[in-house]
Amino acid sequence: MYLTKEEERILNGEFGEGTQRAIELLVAIGDAYDAEKMIPISRAHAASSGQEGDLYFVELLANGGAYCKVPTSTNPVYDLEYFDNLFEIPRDEAEVAGRVMEAYKRVGAILSWSCVPYMAENIPLFGETVAFSESSATPYVNSVIGARTNREAAQSALASGVVGKTPKYGLHVRENRKGTVITKVEATLKDEFDYTLLGYYVGKRIGYGIPVFAGISKRPNTEELINFCAMSNTSGAIPMFYIPGFTVEASTIEEAFQGDIPEDKITVTDDDLKRVYEELQTTSGKIDFVMLGCPHYTLRQVEEVARLLKGKRIHDSVSFWVCTSATTKVLAQRIGYVDIIEKAGGHVVVDTCIDEPCWIAYKNKVGMTDSPKCAYYRRFKEAIVSRLRDCTEAAIEGRWG
Amino acid sequence: MKSLETTLKCHKIIGGYGEGEALVSHEPICFYLTDPKTGIVRERSHELAGKNLANKVLVFPSGKASSVVQIDGLFKLSSHNVAPKAMIVKDVETVLIVSAFMVKVPLVDRLERDPFEVIRTGDFVKVDAEKGIVRITKQGS
Repeated sequence: MYLTKEEERILNGEFGEGTQRAIELLVAIGDAYDAEKMIPISRAHAASSGQEGDLYFVELLANGGAYCKVPTSTNPVYDLEYFDNLFEIPRDEAEVAGRVMEAYKRVGAILSWSCVPYMAENIPLFGETVAFSESSATPYVNSVIGARTNREAAQSALASGVVGKTPKYGLHVRENRKGTVITKVEATLKDEFDYTLLGYYVGKRIGYGIPVFAGISKRPNTEELINFCAMSNTSGAIPMFYIPGFTVEASTIEEAFQGDIPEDKITVTDDDLKRVYEELQTTSGKIDFVMLGCPHYTLRQVEEVARLLKGKRIHDSVSFWVCTSATTKVLAQRIGYVDIIEKAGGHVVVDTCIDEPCWIAYKNKVGMTDSPKCAYYRRFKEAIVSRLRDCTEAAIEGRWG
Repeated sequence: MKSLETTLKCHKIIGGYGEGEALVSHEPICFYLTDPKTGIVRERSHELAGKNLANKVLVFPSGKASSVVQIDGLFKLSSHNVAPKAMIVKDVETVLIVSAFMVKVPLVDRLERDPFEVIRTGDFVKVDAEKGIVRITKQGS
């Protein structure tokens, strides 16, 4: 890969060891993909996780004096303070999480601790070159916003944030952004949960690829698109997709394939989605918890929870959690949603992901969620997946099915 | 029993030198689904289930699973000194590059011959990523 004089100097360590480590990683990636050169990015999102691998790299950079050159937001870890009097968190795990959060602060990241930073804290525009890791974030910024990012790891995104560049490969090259699979939707998509099922199904069927949808006639809303992104990039590796007419980069199916013939074709029927749903009904009966907000709930989703719980009381044996961003919680508090949810016996917690060691208390418990991604990580004995209103009803009853 | 050595060119992704017994997997590998203390593959339906990848030269098509779990998985193996000594892959992706970079395990691709044809589990393999060379010693051929 060609390096500019300045990039050579960073690689030689003239700007400190932290930035040197960062560019070493970018050069390795660039060389692996035969990238011709590096290109500037305007922002990054590091999918921080509060785990040991994450800690190693961010401390390596922070201790070496690295500092973000472009706005670089962070993914959820967990809200240590909020959990302090509620659960027992293993001390070594809490220490790792605390050090991770401190190190991201030292490298000058935007401490959003949100997995949907493109909603508020770090929003790219159409055509921007960025480096966004995190399952929903990569396809969302590529497809819905029309910015350009590869399917980054937390570390490559952070390295790009520190250097302000990324190797030019993959989805930064126009030809690589063309669709690969024509995906005909015969199923009826009524709500955001149907998009969850669609994403889960399409990711599993395609694996790695860029689906181009046909047959979606109603404009999907923000939450539907977020769910599709998160699920398809969890059950598969879908860094981008097209819904011509509604997503921004191509207005027709032909344009999405850049004039080529699709490599593959799949069809999604109501029966397919029904089968996905049935697979997720792993058990029934008494439940111990409800976990919502994977990905982090938007303000509209928090409002929906408040509407469903208004004047109701969550069953005494059920813990009820809504994960969201700090930004969203401030507004939800101001409007009164948080108060309604708390009066019903629920929690609204910020900065926290469902895949974190803080939930160890539920390791042998059975719960419910509206997110297959939440169930996928296997942090709980069972997590039944159904619509939000099923989750709130089950929370009130103390049981499902 | 005589040994034959084959030398093949390859493409360096992460530099360094590593040698050991080959362990070949025709399926993609997720390091999170191995025992972090021993290196034994725990993924039930995987062709390597029950096999140990500690200190092996791992030959596999590509990595799989989300970036967070993949990187954390290889990192934990490395902290217990049971990571592979080198990795030879067919298809590279960003997450695998980052994983190998973090734990400083040599990673190469584009062997001049199909690695699944020339390398068998049990062969002794030396990976010199810096020089872009892989040497394979067939045992008992």
